[in-house]
Amino acid sequence: MSINHHLSEGLILAYAAGSLPEAYSLIAAAHISMCDDCRAAATAYEALGGAVIDDGDSAALCQDSLAKTFARISAPALGLPVVVTPKAPSVLPAPLQDYLGARLEDVKWRNVGMGVRQCVLKTKGSQTARLLHIPAGTAVPDHGHGGLELTLVLKGAFSDKTGRFGVGDVEVADQSVEHTPVADPDMDCICLAVTDAPLRFKSFLQRALQPFFGI
Amino acid sequence: MITCYENVKEAVVGPSTRSENGILLQIDRHGTQDHVIMEVMDKDWTALLLRVRDHQDRAAFGALFTHFAPRIKGFLMKSGSSASASEDCAQDVMATVWHKAHLFDPSRASVATWVFTIARNRRIDVIRKERRPEPEDLPWGPQATLDQGEALIIAQENDSLAAAIATLPQNQRALIERAFFADLSHAQLMQETGLPLGTIKSRIRLALERLRHKMMQ
Ligand SMILES: [Zn+2]
Repeated sequence: MSINHHLSEGLILAYAAGSLPEAYSLIAAAHISMCDDCRAAATAYEALGGAVIDDGDSAALCQDSLAKTFARISAPALGLPVVVTPKAPSVLPAPLQDYLGARLEDVKWRNVGMGVRQCVLKTKGSQTARLLHIPAGTAVPDHGHGGLELTLVLKGAFSDKTGRFGVGDVEVADQSVEHTPVADPDMDCICLAVTDAPLRFKSFLQRALQPFFGI
Repeated sequence: MITCYENVKEAVVGPSTRSENGILLQIDRHGTQDHVIMEVMDKDWTALLLRVRDHQDRAAFGALFTHFAPRIKGFLMKSGSSASASEDCAQDVMATVWHKAHLFDPSRASVATWVFTIARNRRIDVIRKERRPEPEDLPWGPQATLDQGEALIIAQENDSLAAAIATLPQNQRALIERAFFADLSHAQLMQETGLPLGTIKSRIRLALERLRHKMMQ
């Protein structure tokens, strides 16, 4: 897989640090599953986290802290140990399968107009993560952004004025970008999009459609 | 605590632990054997964690606890948690270190890095009550792991990283502080960090390439 559009360094740092909201973390984890460059960067930032802990301030422990920890260790574990289940080969990378199940066919889509379908994922925080199915050759309405918008292509490709995005590519856009993503003419495009605030569509007609996007 | 350390000394200075993993190099630098023992006790968290992993060694765990638990608690308090919640979470993290010791692979991460990832995930899970989406794991099998020399390089990389942080310009230190203890702004999320991690990134990238190559065979 040749990936041309990556996560920004700031996003990888925040993901490794654990300070990224869940929806952004999800798209970061999904891209990293597909991209060894960003995986290497995330691992390096985790090493930075190790240095931050090692180098950081200590806080005095309670007196019986170690004894209590040994008590926790020998107490029978609550619940079963987490077994990592091997993921089925799928258009959906492993972290997305945790939210949607393994099979793309089982995704519960909702029509949002112009043939575009979406499925909103349950994440905590003010961001919205949605899987989008854009029919071949279809344009998603031109919209501005209320904040940071990330789009990861899982199948097919789309283009906008900033470039072409194929499988594994992630577009990092902020409110200054007005764009009209158009799916490639020969194949439907499936992507994961995370927005930080309601999309606001420009024309009156599109504004009328906005409630259908369920935001 | 003192008894703990004495036990650790015996445990770590066993003949097999030291001579193979390169720490003997330090004998030349410091001269005396005693000094080497101190170095090992201070620094070789990997050897201690492997004692926990392979022998459920409570003394080795005690030494790891003495070093890491107060730092984890400090890390959590700096992230805004109360002292009691941080204490509770630090104990939880260290218990997880014991229980998950079998998953520790010194060729992938230093102990400090591994402990950090556990503390980070517990902070998200217990304190922020959010899910932490993780990337698909790569099947690092025994045949794919790096040799001991390379594991040592990872540990040294971590040491030099700590030294590098200390010398960073103020704006980069502030960025790290915000990333680990607060939230980066949208603008900061979109930017380059400019942090000097190029060497470590390309080392990891090479290891991933070798791994992919082995997986294809
Ligand atoms: Zn990437």
